[in-house]
Amino acid sequence: MSDTQDPYEDLKITTGVVAEPNTSRANKTGSWRELKPVVDPDTCIECGQCETYCPDQAAKPVEGEDFYAFDLDYCKGCGICADVCPTDAIEMVREEA
Amino acid sequence: MARAEPQEQENPSDDQEVMKGTSAVAKGVMAADPDVVSAYPITPQTGVVEKLSELVADGKLDSEFIKVDSEFNAASTCIGASAAGARAFSATSSQGLKLMSEPLFTAAGMRLPIVMAVANRSLSAPLSIWADHTDAFAERDGGMLQFHAEDVQEAIDHVLLSFRVAEQVNLPALSNFDGFILTHVQEPANIPSEEEVSEFLPPRDPEYTLDPSDPKTMGAYARPEHWTESRYEIQRAMMDAREVWADAVEEFNDVFGRDYTEYGGMLDTYYADDADHIIVAMGSIAGTIRNVVDAYREDGEKVGLVRPRVFRPFPAPELRDALAGAESVAVLTKEMSPGYESAFAGEIKGALYHAESQPPIKSYVLGMAGRDVKPEDIAEIVEDVKTASPEMGFKESESWPQLRPELLKGGDEQ
Amino acid sequence: MSSDLQDQDYTDELEHDEELWNPGHRACAGCGPALAMKYITEAAGENTIVSNATGCMEVVSTPYPESAWGTSYIHNIFENAASVAAGVEAAYKSFDRRDPDHLDVEDSDDLNIIAIGGDGATADIGFRALSGMMERGHDVLYVMYDNEAYMNTGVQRSSQTPFGASTTTSPAGEESIGNDTNKKDMISIAADHGIPYAATASISNPHDFKQKVEKALDIEGPKFLHVYAPCPVGWSFDSAQTIDLAEKAVKTGLFPVFEMEDGEVTSVNKIRDREPIEEWLEPQGRFKHLFKDDEDGEQAIQELQEWIDGRAEDLGLDA
Repeated sequence: MSDTQDPYEDLKITTGVVAEPNTSRANKTGSWRELKPVVDPDTCIECGQCETYCPDQAAKPVEGEDFYAFDLDYCKGCGICADVCPTDAIEMVREEA
Repeated sequence: MARAEPQEQENPSDDQEVMKGTSAVAKGVMAADPDVVSAYPITPQTGVVEKLSELVADGKLDSEFIKVDSEFNAASTCIGASAAGARAFSATSSQGLKLMSEPLFTAAGMRLPIVMAVANRSLSAPLSIWADHTDAFAERDGGMLQFHAEDVQEAIDHVLLSFRVAEQVNLPALSNFDGFILTHVQEPANIPSEEEVSEFLPPRDPEYTLDPSDPKTMGAYARPEHWTESRYEIQRAMMDAREVWADAVEEFNDVFGRDYTEYGGMLDTYYADDADHIIVAMGSIAGTIRNVVDAYREDGEKVGLVRPRVFRPFPAPELRDALAGAESVAVLTKEMSPGYESAFAGEIKGALYHAESQPPIKSYVLGMAGRDVKPEDIAEIVEDVKTASPEMGFKESESWPQLRPELLKGGDEQ
Repeated sequence: MSSDLQDQDYTDELEHDEELWNPGHRACAGCGPALAMKYITEAAGENTIVSNATGCMEVVSTPYPESAWGTSYIHNIFENAASVAAGVEAAYKSFDRRDPDHLDVEDSDDLNIIAIGGDGATADIGFRALSGMMERGHDVLYVMYDNEAYMNTGVQRSSQTPFGASTTTSPAGEESIGNDTNKKDMISIAADHGIPYAATASISNPHDFKQKVEKALDIEGPKFLHVYAPCPVGWSFDSAQTIDLAEKAVKTGLFPVFEMEDGEVTSVNKIRDREPIEEWLEPQGRFKHLFKDDEDGEQAIQELQEWIDGRAEDLGLDA
């Protein structure tokens, strides 16, 4: 019988196909992007609107800095952050290869 | 007991009570102490639900009784409760079983051991409230364990055995008993006490539950590369159930003194060992068949009965053994499968496909929607099955002996 | 574009707190319902069991072996999230009686049982289960996330699809202006079941949204939240505008924000200078046929406006 393609190695089907919590993090949705957000650190006022409205929790405060930036592992490039930013500190740019 | 002629009523022994079948089942359920009972009324099961709510109202049954809006939600609430780790019970018949079919199948896939008593009744249309096995057979491929009771005692006992086996192999269980014939009859039966049952039935110990202190995601969807294996696990669980059932009936006998251990609990036979002609049937009709077997034996003829107690997992090896050496086999069934022979006949024949000994089999569709089957009807069938031969064509091999051709337009064209 | 902005990548310096709704889920970019899941879980916290109906949120969050959920979670079938939740609630009632230490929380009253379903799963196919759960008085919060169609199966019309919207089963065409019914009023229906709390919220106001989830979870009995969550793919608009459109739906009165407690309206987010519905219709591709400069389109818009005006009057929506 030919092999069935399976992206998961070493997987055992659990009883009742029960999945472990928080495991979606393995799926890096950043690869979906066409546009990516970039922030102007000087314009950012740390209001947190981008973090509030990001459906993928990809906008976060940068530790030890005074601005927010983006988790490019998960950011899908939807542009909501740029849209809601009250100071237009965020720009959506075409991601270069 | 399916008896057409008046018989001497057994006097109840000291440890028995005479009560209506539905009440007896309800009391058996009470002894199993479920956390959640969720059921909807439907004839002829309604008595089970009513009795259970009466027991709750009187503080005798410590369960959450959910007065659901439909059988669909009886099954759905049982699923939620079972996933949370509760012991959950429901009861239904016919249309109700059909309505809960969607969630019930998922209970097997999600490996939730919900138990339900099914008072077997025809499926519409036309509407019929009377007994047959159409409803149980329609759920055949869902992954539910299925048992059939012959009398009220078994109706109670199978529910207890169901909890035990279901919770061990993690599959839902349908404990079947014939509508009206066993629900509305008064028979002496022993109602086990909660103490006895707790000896037999340990508390549930599920692998996964809905518990915030140990969160899991239950009911994920499976992609093509994984689904097959998840279903294979159900098949494995069914195969494990054979041994689990065999152990359970042994222990049941030790605790309650009722011996269902023949053939590992899978089959109940009556004079089948040396029988030339064997009748195979499930459920209450077996009671009438026993009388017919007795009559034949008195006349020196070797007729016997093989009654599968367990329908899923299907007792194929046991049937091969029990039917070996017979000259002919008569399969009596209270269901039909439009477009082909009856499902029960098909399963029996399939079981014998690999057998060394393959007696000719004739199947008889009868007793549907509560049509009374008398001992003389069965005797006629025995006479007919004597004519069974390996050269029989398909058309001869299944018949509807009770069919009334005068009701049919254009007469009977079987 | 200066090269250092193009290269900007702070990914490794960002802290992801423990989230109960995790990234890596497969929702579309700009998904409104995904935000709703985030707000619900943030408000509810970890002492929560979620019963989720089949639909976009279930599918994007639970492809075995992955799960985006940090809470205890069950998905069963499309139309029974409410009754599965009711069963969970009954189980815990039984456990509380038999073994108060069963749940490792300080007070099992803190246990949140939340059923979540889309508009199709809730208002249509799941109506029976929802009605039964509410009528029987189970201590369950039901949150209906409304993206106004059966989105996961490809944008088919539901009872929450607005008048004039083009969906795959109510397409605009030569003889059709799209969907010809107005949104079924789920809050009134919920309130008529005698439940203590029913309210609407929009993802455009997360503070209000989360506050209502918290408030609901503090009330014993059945609660119903109808939350508005636009879908960029299904409605055909630029994914960056999800919040704008949710806000416009509120500002035009298409989606009024209000609460009902014990059958009475107890709060209404009044609108000053309510905007005409065209403001909300115009950016969405699913309504573009209404702007084709013909009578049918104009009439449809007018009918929709009249429906909105009627409800606004009933609710006292206008400030």
